[in-house]
Amino acid sequence: MAAINLDNSQADMRLRDMGKPARLAPNYWPFVTPALFVIGAVIIFPWLFTLWMSVNRWTLGQSQSFVGFENYIRLATDFRLWESLWHTVVYTALSVVAPLFLGTLAALVFDTKFPFRGFLRGVFVMPMMATPVAIALVWTMMYHPQLGVLNYLLSLVGIGPQEWIFNQKSVIPSLVIVETWQWTPLVMLIVLGGLASMPREPFESAEIDGANAWQKFRYLTLPMIMPFVMIAVIIRSIDALKSFDIIYAMTQGGPGTASETINIYLYNTAFAYYDIGYGSAMAVVFFVIIVALSFILLMLRQRAQWSDAEGK
Amino acid sequence: MTYSTPRATRRTFLTAAAALGGATVLGIRPTLAAVDWKRFAGTTLEVNLIKSPRGDILLKYIAEFEALTGMKVNAEATPEQQQRQKTAIELSSGRPSFDVVHLSYHVQKRQFEKGGWLADISSFLADPALTEPSLKESDFADAGLLFAKDQKGVQRSLPFSVDYWIVYWNKELFAQKGLSYPKNFEALVAAAEALTDPSKNTYGFVARGLKNANTPVWTSLMHGFGMTPIGDDGALRTATPEAVEAAALYQRLMTKAAPPGVSGFNWAEAQSAFLQGKIGMWLDGVGFAPPMEDPQKSRVVGKVGYGVMPKGPKAQVAGTFGDGLGVAAASAKKEAAYLFCQWAISHDMGARLLQAGAGVPFRQSILEDKAVREGVKMPGDWLDAVVESGKISRLALPVIIPVTEFRDIYGVGLTNMIGGGDPAEELARATKQFQPILERSEKG
Repeated sequence: MAAINLDNSQADMRLRDMGKPARLAPNYWPFVTPALFVIGAVIIFPWLFTLWMSVNRWTLGQSQSFVGFENYIRLATDFRLWESLWHTVVYTALSVVAPLFLGTLAALVFDTKFPFRGFLRGVFVMPMMATPVAIALVWTMMYHPQLGVLNYLLSLVGIGPQEWIFNQKSVIPSLVIVETWQWTPLVMLIVLGGLASMPREPFESAEIDGANAWQKFRYLTLPMIMPFVMIAVIIRSIDALKSFDIIYAMTQGGPGTASETINIYLYNTAFAYYDIGYGSAMAVVFFVIIVALSFILLMLRQRAQWSDAEGK
Repeated sequence: MTYSTPRATRRTFLTAAAALGGATVLGIRPTLAAVDWKRFAGTTLEVNLIKSPRGDILLKYIAEFEALTGMKVNAEATPEQQQRQKTAIELSSGRPSFDVVHLSYHVQKRQFEKGGWLADISSFLADPALTEPSLKESDFADAGLLFAKDQKGVQRSLPFSVDYWIVYWNKELFAQKGLSYPKNFEALVAAAEALTDPSKNTYGFVARGLKNANTPVWTSLMHGFGMTPIGDDGALRTATPEAVEAAALYQRLMTKAAPPGVSGFNWAEAQSAFLQGKIGMWLDGVGFAPPMEDPQKSRVVGKVGYGVMPKGPKAQVAGTFGDGLGVAAASAKKEAAYLFCQWAISHDMGARLLQAGAGVPFRQSILEDKAVREGVKMPGDWLDAVVESGKISRLALPVIIPVTEFRDIYGVGLTNMIGGGDPAEELARATKQFQPILERSEKG
């Protein structure tokens, strides 16, 4: 340890300094202040203001009054909030799992060599570049029960017309199809990066040991790409949790409230009902949920890296 | 009482003319002078419009207003939903970025009143130096005045365009079944069901099924049962037997005669379906008519009938919506802004609005003008439906602050009914949910 090499006076000084708050030399402040100001203005202040709004009854065009935790108590008994939370969970889970599975599969395919691979990879990532609202409008037309091309295609193989986003039961899976179509390429790119960085030696050893393709995938490829898969899970989870544009443009949370996620409900509360106080309370709770989930996902990522380092 | 008329001689005439000329030179405005449109030349006006065919008409001819007044207009047009949010937030801040605001009466009227966001324009209307003599209160349809005046009867805006709900009907499909246009609700249901043939992908009726958008369909039907969602005393009447009957009628039409997936239909999906020629009737606003007669967009060109809302068991009512133009109370250029509003609802602009099928002016003199009517590109049926609807028009939505919540909460109930929910139970649940919101809205 470094302290062992110190002489007694230096060690005494270190001991004296321990427990005291670290001080910045005064000449550092001009460099730090602008950053602190920006962080305060764009992160700290909005959050403090949101917290303050959440403890007020505040509707646009009406007088505002302090109500303490009334908005939070209202949240607990708001059936529509709990319903929207459930929709958010289902939507997020499906929007992570489906692109993850298909994206990993696509990465494995594109990792092999075949004619026109580069061109096809370019085509595959195109949905990712499209504007969400434009995507939403095109898919809405495709989903139309009478005029949509999807029902026409189904009719060619003898399947009856579906109601897609126009039915309370099928609306979330139909929205997930759009989300999957758009974001599978992202997962593919991330996992493809992982596949490209894998060492070849373990695979050569496995071949010598007589491992079959499944064993090589299960015990070599999968553990080695797991950190990359976890990155994709984190990105997709956060993205799906805050998904708004596609849902709003396609269904506005309907039919009824069947696809109303917490984002849509929050938006309606704050900007359609102008109930700013209650909407702020909802935003605070949602923020806590996202932070907690991010924390869990980061922990999982750490574990995935650790597993990789240990060669498990 | 006797009146004596002064004798007009050449001398008195010359004396009066000289006096008038002298007064003008001295800058004294005669009491009955026409509007001085150039009075605010050099002023820059900020105008906030709704992006819609109506807003587009104003944008198209704004250069004419600038030439007429010498003012410069910075106009911004945003889609309806976003414009409502933007204007509410800006107006509540007390420092809006605009002088003139385009508002949807059926959603924003009470909110704007409660917030005190619009200037009182009564004095401008009474001022001959600011208002053309042809702009009279008696020229506006009753619904327009109801919209434009606040609860105390103070004029807060000028009614711009009205939207009556009519029934678009496919004459060809009706003829194939030997049916005629329904005169009452009973015949409406019978025709809708007779026209429905799922094996041919043909359905008798379509209307909005999507939450929020669907509520006006129900309230329009409710009027036919002699009921309004809120009584004069401010009490909710949404769980009354008449309201339930209207909901049951909605449920029947939307489940027995409408295409699959209708619970997710807003006006756009309903319109698309009707344009394909596979729908017998479509109940919606009169302003959605232009694509019907456009061969690029429609397969039913020349086959569409435009019918007035059939009679209900107790009344025949056309649900009415509308928008207007107001001057922001916080504006420092109120009179100049008022001139813009006046120009927007002028005879010429109203004629353009009507002739393009972009909207229907609230001013009767425009609707009754033969020359204007001749220039209307839409079929005569459409214009007749507009005029007849004006005679039986009633506000389709209650004038309350939480209109959006009203539409959302009851809209969810109506969507549930399409899925098989019991009308009475759904309305009772929605009423229980909406009651505290309504009470809270008027307390603040």
